Amino acid sequence: MLRDRLLRPYQHGSSAVHRLPAAAKLVAALGCVLLVVLLPRTAWWTYAAVAAGLVAIAVATRADLRGMLVRLLLLEPFVLGIALLALLRPGGVPLFLSMLTKSTLCLATMILLTATTRFSDLLAVLWRIRVPALLVTTLALMHRYLFVLAEEMERMQRARRSRTFVAGRTSAWRDSAQVAGQLFVRTSERAERVYLAMVARGWKA
Amino acid sequence: MHIPDGFLDARMLVAAAGLAAVGVGLALREVRRNLPPRRVPLIGLAAAFVFAAQMLNFPVAAGTSGHLIGAALAAVLLGPAAAVVAMTAVLLLQSLMFADGGITALGANVFNLGVIAPLVAYGVYRAVRAIAGDGLQPTLLATGFAAWCSTMAAAFACAGQLAASGVVEWGTVLAAMGGVHMVIGLGEAVITMLIVAVVMRARPELVAASASAGPPARRRTLAYGAALAIAMMVLVAPFASSLPDGLEHVAERFGFAGLAAASQPAPLPDYAVVPLADGSPWLATVIAGAFGTLVAFAVAWCVARALAAPGRTPTGH
Repeated sequence: MLRDRLLRPYQHGSSAVHRLPAAAKLVAALGCVLLVVLLPRTAWWTYAAVAAGLVAIAVATRADLRGMLVRLLLLEPFVLGIALLALLRPGGVPLFLSMLTKSTLCLATMILLTATTRFSDLLAVLWRIRVPALLVTTLALMHRYLFVLAEEMERMQRARRSRTFVAGRTSAWRDSAQVAGQLFVRTSERAERVYLAMVARGWKA
Repeated sequence: MHIPDGFLDARMLVAAAGLAAVGVGLALREVRRNLPPRRVPLIGLAAAFVFAAQMLNFPVAAGTSGHLIGAALAAVLLGPAAAVVAMTAVLLLQSLMFADGGITALGANVFNLGVIAPLVAYGVYRAVRAIAGDGLQPTLLATGFAAWCSTMAAAFACAGQLAASGVVEWGTVLAAMGGVHMVIGLGEAVITMLIVAVVMRARPELVAASASAGPPARRRTLAYGAALAIAMMVLVAPFASSLPDGLEHVAERFGFAGLAAASQPAPLPDYAVVPLADGSPWLATVIAGAFGTLVAFAVAWCVARALAAPGRTPTGH
C-alpha cells in the first residue's frame, strides 16, 4: 500500500552510503542543504552540479529510486504552494524558478538521507551531541509508538466501518473525531503502563 | 504550514532558530521541574498520537480533505510546557524521518507550530475558561476558539518570516496565509472540539487534569501576560517596518550581513511599508481580522452548544 511505503522511508541496503556513520551522513546532508540555501539565486551551474551529485549518490545506494521520486513528488506541492506566491511580485519569475530549484534540491538531499539512514541512528547522534535528554526520550518514545498507534487507529476505523452504513460528510467528521478521541484515551492508558515498565527497568526522569 | 528549505534567508533562519531554542529550552525546564515523572512518557506517546491523528481525513468538499495540526489539542490535553515538547518532537521527526519541513527551516517551523501555536492556544484556552467557567460547554468553546487563534498566530508568524526573507511581498503573503488559514483555522477548531468532546465524555479527568492543576496564581498571571505578549508580537510585529532593520542590525553585529546579502542580491524595496503607506489597506486588514475573529468565536460557540446539548450519546447517533 502507498501509505505503508510512505510511513517507512528507510530502505534497507548494504551500499557504501548505507554503511557510512549516521553522524557523517547527517553533517553531509546539512552541509549540502546549507550550501544550496545560501548560494546566490542565479548560481545555476552549481545547482546543476549539486543535482548531478545527488543523482550519482542515489544510484550508488542501489535503493528504490522510484520510491524516492514518489516521495519527492508528494512533497513538491507544499514547495510549489509557497513558491507560487513569489510569482505575484514584480519580476518574480526568476525568483520563483530559483526558489523551486533550491527547495527541490534540499528535499532530494533530505529524502536521500532518510532513505539510507535509520531514524534510530539519527536519534543516537542527537543523544551524542547532547540534545536535552528529555527531548531525545520523547522522540524515542514517539518513534517507538508511532506505528503501534497508527495501526491501532486503523483497527478502530476498520471496526467502525464494518458496523456503520451511513457515510455522509458530517458523520465522517464525527467518526474520525471519535476514533481520535478514543485513541487518545487508549494512548494515555498505554502511557501509564509504559511508565510502570520503564520504572521497573530502572528509569529515572 | 511547514516551511521547506530554501525559502528563508540566513538571518531569518538564525533568528527563528534562536527563538525556537529559547522557547523549547524553557518548556523542557518547566517539564523537568514541575511535571510528575508519571506524566513524562505520556509526552512521547502523545506526540505519536498527534502524528497519527494528523493522518485522519476530514472530508471538506469536492474530494479535498483537511487534517489536524494538533497544537491546540496538545495544549488542552497536556498543558502548555508538555505540549511544546510534544509538538517539537512531532516536527523534528517529520523533518528528520519524512523530509516534511526543511532541516534549515526547522527552527522557524518549531517556533511557529511548536512554540507559538501551543502557547497561544493555551493562553486563549485559559483566558476563555476563566471568563466562561468550567463544564463541558465552556471547555469546548475555549478549546475551539483557542484552536482558531493558534492556527492564525502560527500562520502570521510563518507569513512574517517569509516576507522578511524577501521571498514574497508582505501584502500578498498576509492576504494568502491569513485568508486561507481563517478557514483552515475553523476546521482545526471544529476537529479539536469534536475530539476534546469525546475525551471529556470518556475520561473527563484527562482534560481537567491539565486545566485544574495549573501553576500558582502569580505565575499564572505571568504566563497569561507572556502568552498575550507573544500573541501581540506575532500579530503586530510584521506591520512594524522597523523589524527588518532591527534584524539587520543584529545580523551586522554578528557578522551575518555579508552572508545574507550574498543569498539575497535583490534587496526588498519597501515591503512592509506598502500596507502602512496608504491608510485604507491597513484598516481593511484590521477590519477583516476582527470580523474573522468574531466569526470564529461564533462558530466555536455554536459547535460547543451543539456538542454539549443534553441527551446526546457519546457516539452522536
